[in-house]
Amino acid sequence: MSALIAVAAEARAARIAPARESHYNFAYLDERSKRMIRRAILKAVAIPGYQVPFGSREMPLPYGWGTGGIQVTASIIGARDVLKVIDQGADDTVNAVNIRRFFQRTTGVATTERTAEATLVQTRHRIPETPLRAGQIIVYQVPVPEPLQRLEPREAETRRMHALAEYGLMHVKLYEDIARLGRISSTYDYPVMVNGRYLMAPSPIPKFDNPKMHMNPALQLFGAGREKRIYAVPPHTRVESLGFEDHPFERQKWSSACALCGSGESFLDEVVTDDRGGRMFVCSDTDYCTRRREAPA
Amino acid sequence: MYVAVKGGERAILNSYRLLAEARRGDPALAELSVAQIREQLRLAVDRVMNEGSVCDPDLAALALKQSRGDSLEAIFLLRAYRATLPRLGYTEPLDTAAMTLWRRVSATFKDLPGGQLLGPTFDYTQRLLDFSLEAAGEQPDAAPEAAVDSAAVARVVDLLNEEGLIEAERPRDGDPAPGDLTCEPLSFPAERALRLQNLARGDEGFLLAMGYSTQRGYAHSHPFAGEIRYGIAPVELVPEELGFPVCIGEIELTECQMINQFAGSKLEPPRFTRGYGLVFGHAERKAMAMALVDRALRAEELGERVESPAQMQEFVLSHSDALEAAGFVQHLKLPHYVDFQAELELVRQMRAEKVA
Repeated sequence: MSALIAVAAEARAARIAPARESHYNFAYLDERSKRMIRRAILKAVAIPGYQVPFGSREMPLPYGWGTGGIQVTASIIGARDVLKVIDQGADDTVNAVNIRRFFQRTTGVATTERTAEATLVQTRHRIPETPLRAGQIIVYQVPVPEPLQRLEPREAETRRMHALAEYGLMHVKLYEDIARLGRISSTYDYPVMVNGRYLMAPSPIPKFDNPKMHMNPALQLFGAGREKRIYAVPPHTRVESLGFEDHPFERQKWSSACALCGSGESFLDEVVTDDRGGRMFVCSDTDYCTRRREAPA
Repeated sequence: MYVAVKGGERAILNSYRLLAEARRGDPALAELSVAQIREQLRLAVDRVMNEGSVCDPDLAALALKQSRGDSLEAIFLLRAYRATLPRLGYTEPLDTAAMTLWRRVSATFKDLPGGQLLGPTFDYTQRLLDFSLEAAGEQPDAAPEAAVDSAAVARVVDLLNEEGLIEAERPRDGDPAPGDLTCEPLSFPAERALRLQNLARGDEGFLLAMGYSTQRGYAHSHPFAGEIRYGIAPVELVPEELGFPVCIGEIELTECQMINQFAGSKLEPPRFTRGYGLVFGHAERKAMAMALVDRALRAEELGERVESPAQMQEFVLSHSDALEAAGFVQHLKLPHYVDFQAELELVRQMRAEKVA
């Protein structure tokens, strides 16, 4: 009993990095659920870009807040993993902090903000600027796994389209964008073809990040908890952003560089500095920006 | 000067403390106990059990206390807890004809075997605020004992069945065991057993609106409330090592059998069809709405044209879950500045071209 009290006191003292909670299984999910999810992941890896339905569990975080990514991470994380969690490219946004805390509490694994040190990166809306390497796994939180959903809400229909690789609907949508606006108007969650077979939603990453998915040496896993789907891009797999010969895919460009680290190659967030139209642009990837500023000139 | 949003962790921990303080309210007032919630806010407890998919009034009451009375938040707590529980087995089908009845009404017959039993209902209260409840110390008179011999009061639909006027609902030969929505994802088209599971844990407000829409010209199905019964039913389980059913307890249930007109088709003579609702505790509104929506969702099976939202499986079943809906709607609170930045650049470019 006194040992318990001591543990509780210690946990209170170490609030910032709580020790693993013993009331729950390692990584929260029970082992049978984890096995079920790992089977879905294996199937997803075997059929790149194909959405595998899985028995998504209710997690203690709300649907739409990363429950799919959390379940994927929970199923594959081991005691020796080093976890990095980002939201909008930053390690310190409240949702990233919350998810990292969840895994600290339920697994006790080491966490890091450095992309290069992580074995497992869970992300929402960004791919780190620092290139991933073989052996790393990146887990994307996916709100809407079906790239065709906004064009055809009936899932029975979209599954059939995928089965027949019948993607005319998407090409027509992109064509209509060009006819009306002179360009393809998707700026994030820009549709990609995986391994020349399946149309896939890259999750709402900016299209700036799309080229990073192509032939990436890391394993890329995608979890959609609310929609109960898992999909994957195995290492060194072709990922092509859709486009036309005369209107090819284009990456975003900025006219300015990061005001903090001077990078001209990263995705920049616009920060409002005053109420007189003052703006500055800084890297959305906080780790990348910090490392560049720390590096000896 | 740009200041990065640091200190997220401390902000989160502080929000916990503010929440705890707000939950407690004025500390000069006595604290609510979980038992008080369970006994005195029972209908709120029942709703949390239904949509939380756990029949446990104590846990549901605890969830309500923790959530400051917010039903959806309490449902969320219960569901997340439920996900960690092991599955020991599946019970035998409930025999609702063998329920001990506290309430039973039929709108289709003036009188019937077993009689009509109003029980504890708001139905005929005049909705006047009762200011006598403001003063504590309410001691209601002892309620009269129910006069019904509830031993096997036949269900109204079974009475109609004898004439063959209503569809019989017997499992077909080789009917597979129903799937479990909480373990396997729903796929479309979904069979009725899975649809009913979805509706049983579906959001009450959503089902009510969907059911209501069928009464206003969107998929009219001529419903009659054949029977609503509320009471307790025994639950039986067959433990593997025994091989015969053992009663493991009783649960409170509300059942609604909706009877709907059916003009018949080329293959079948005219007869009545059914919509079904079954929920934990006393939750008539939910059971009735569920029965209306269940019937509407059978359109395809009965050869009716599917043209209204309440008849569309994907529309109803994909949007009925309060947890999924609340989570996704509220995720808009999360930062989206990367996506917004991408859109901002596009709009600026397009505006520049327009002006040029």
